[in-house]
Amino acid sequence: MENQVNESFREGVLVKPYERLNQEQIQQLNSASLQILADPGVWCYNERAANLFKVHGASVSEESEKYGTFWRINFPSGLITEAVAQAPSRIVMGARNPQNRLVLDTQVPRVYFGSGSEANVWIETQMREFMSIEEPQLKRQIPSFEEVRGNSTLLCRAAKLCERLEHLDFFIRPLNIQDPDVTSDNHDVNKFFASLNNTTKHVQAGLTSLNRLGDVVRMAEIIAGGPEALRANPIISFIACVFKSPLQMVDETVEKVFGIVDAGLPVVISSSPQGGSSAPIQEAGMVAQINAEILVGITLTQLIKPGSPVLYGSVPVRARLDDLHDLYGCPEFNQYNIDCVQMARFYDVPCYSSAGVGDAKIPGMQAIYEKLFTHLYVALSGAQYIHYAFGLLDRTNSFCPLQAVLDNEQIGKIKHCLREPKVDGFTVDDALKMVKKVMASPYRLYARYARKAMHSGDISDPYRFEAKGLEDKVLENAMAYMNQLEAEPAPRLDQKTVDRIFDEIPGLLPGLRQFAKLGS
Amino acid sequence: MKAFSLNDVSNSKQEKRRMEKQELPDKIAFNVIQGRVDAEDEGVDEGLEGQPGVTELVQKALENGLNPKSIVLEGLTKAMDEVGEKFEKGEYLIPDMLASAECVGVAMDILTPHLLKAGVESKGKFVIATVAGDLHDIGKNIVAIMLKGAGYEIIDLGADVPSERIIEAVKEHQAEFLGLSALLTTTMRVMGDVIEKLKDEGMRDKVKVFIGGAPTSPEFASQIGANAHCADAFQAIDMLKTMAV
Repeated sequence: MENQVNESFREGVLVKPYERLNQEQIQQLNSASLQILADPGVWCYNERAANLFKVHGASVSEESEKYGTFWRINFPSGLITEAVAQAPSRIVMGARNPQNRLVLDTQVPRVYFGSGSEANVWIETQMREFMSIEEPQLKRQIPSFEEVRGNSTLLCRAAKLCERLEHLDFFIRPLNIQDPDVTSDNHDVNKFFASLNNTTKHVQAGLTSLNRLGDVVRMAEIIAGGPEALRANPIISFIACVFKSPLQMVDETVEKVFGIVDAGLPVVISSSPQGGSSAPIQEAGMVAQINAEILVGITLTQLIKPGSPVLYGSVPVRARLDDLHDLYGCPEFNQYNIDCVQMARFYDVPCYSSAGVGDAKIPGMQAIYEKLFTHLYVALSGAQYIHYAFGLLDRTNSFCPLQAVLDNEQIGKIKHCLREPKVDGFTVDDALKMVKKVMASPYRLYARYARKAMHSGDISDPYRFEAKGLEDKVLENAMAYMNQLEAEPAPRLDQKTVDRIFDEIPGLLPGLRQFAKLGS
Repeated sequence: MKAFSLNDVSNSKQEKRRMEKQELPDKIAFNVIQGRVDAEDEGVDEGLEGQPGVTELVQKALENGLNPKSIVLEGLTKAMDEVGEKFEKGEYLIPDMLASAECVGVAMDILTPHLLKAGVESKGKFVIATVAGDLHDIGKNIVAIMLKGAGYEIIDLGADVPSERIIEAVKEHQAEFLGLSALLTTTMRVMGDVIEKLKDEGMRDKVKVFIGGAPTSPEFASQIGANAHCADAFQAIDMLKTMAV
């Protein structure tokens, strides 16, 4: 069944995009980005890319600095504009279960939410019972949190849980695997296998080492049903952070982009400058610079192979000015990100955006505030693919499964909130009939006319983790729900597929060799 | 091929009627669960609009000579039990219960004269009102619909009802139960006035007084001398079960 692709996709939510920038401002930012790329241009540390840009009309000059040689590239605006225009406006992100596929289309502001980051720390939660000193009969469940170093077992657990979170549309490995036997050489094969063997949703990650790209692709081909089946249903894709802001192209990442594009799989060209340190903190400067960086990355993919599937990966953040760490749950984050979503739409390239990150270190009120602030606002902008949205705490440094469960509930409500209005001739006619019927009835009560909408899922449910009395049981209730989800079986691959992967792909951890039981 | 005869037609009609007799209570139950008062109602499942609803089916059942008591037991009560179970499981919510209860209420209006002829009485007379000065009647209406659906005879006086009118109605109908509703903190005290007036008229022992509404509480009920406080219609039904006069 897994290699049978049909035309079904995850629903996500189709929104009417909120537009912060007007058309004149979009043109001004586009022009500013192109001016930046013309002068001062970018510092490229990869010779192959420099040569490619040169062949296509860029002005390239070799320069030296104390760390070595780099190529200063000054782009004529036509080169960028023409290359970016070749990027597809519609991309299908495949999935083991074809019903979990995503369609990213710039003409359709359908928003999907997924996980993200590659946090080193997993936050485990335990509910503990506390007793009041004044009133010993008064007891409360209070959570305690423990930091655990990320490993492959926990990544499996994250993927398995994310499979069950109904509002999570795609899976980006949220945890760094730091098992003693994991090296930079086998990091990629293990993180992709741990993910693919525990979720049937789209799997995406950065590439640790270009050397193992072939093995990762081979693994995905085995699962998808062959090389052609994988390209038709790309169950995996990659993130490449091509730029070290400001405006410096990283040698190793650029080389990975060559490899991924050659492999014919989707890639996110991601840039994450920090306003106030590696980019201007002012909105115009930040957006002009990050846009310039992403445009160059997209240009690279299209010069390597025109029409290659690529996402406009904007992750602009702001610096905290007290310690220069990233500050996510703030107004500027929303402003930067929404502007980028609009720029991506202007270039007709699907947008990978970010929401749901904050400074909070544990689940609670601060986390909910910071996350809601960006979850809602960025979704409203119509970004096709919103990452970072599940489970992250302490900026992007920790992944907490309990938080992921809380985020799932919140994102579900946001998706519901942003649904298209159901106002047309039919619904208005229905409403008029209903008013007449109710006004002619003895009690003039609309309750029974809510039934159809209620049972079809048109009407939202109350907050899943509410308490009934004068107490807050959100975390306690969310824990119980998480335990229930975690008790469900993992959607493992069959034994034959797992055996084949272990036979053909070297470096996989023996502990990950798990497969679906017969008949499951 | 078997020859076609008039006898066959007649037998076939009888058979059809017999089948209908068997099927009608099930159809009534199905339509109560669907919340379809009459043929115009669409219900919850698709494609039901235009088909007979509870009103038409109950009338047909009576025309076909079905025992009114069996219509109640095999059609209405069976359906309400199922709706109640679904509610307990969280599959159904208040609008479902109300829709079904409203169907039962309509069916009971049709069946009551027939039940009385057969010597079957209602579970009791229940006067219900929102007290003077208060126009809020949604909660009161929900309780009225649900109690009617549960087999009580409801005398609904409406909203903003003067205390004297409430006393008169209890007296006139010799009601065993009185339900008072208020949504405002400023009008809830009127409930106490009504109870005082019942005492003045020497009627307090003859009627059980239930109160409800957002600002009310069991403590308030006790303070004004009501028999019970009901947080919602379901609690009212439960209380009534334990409080037969």
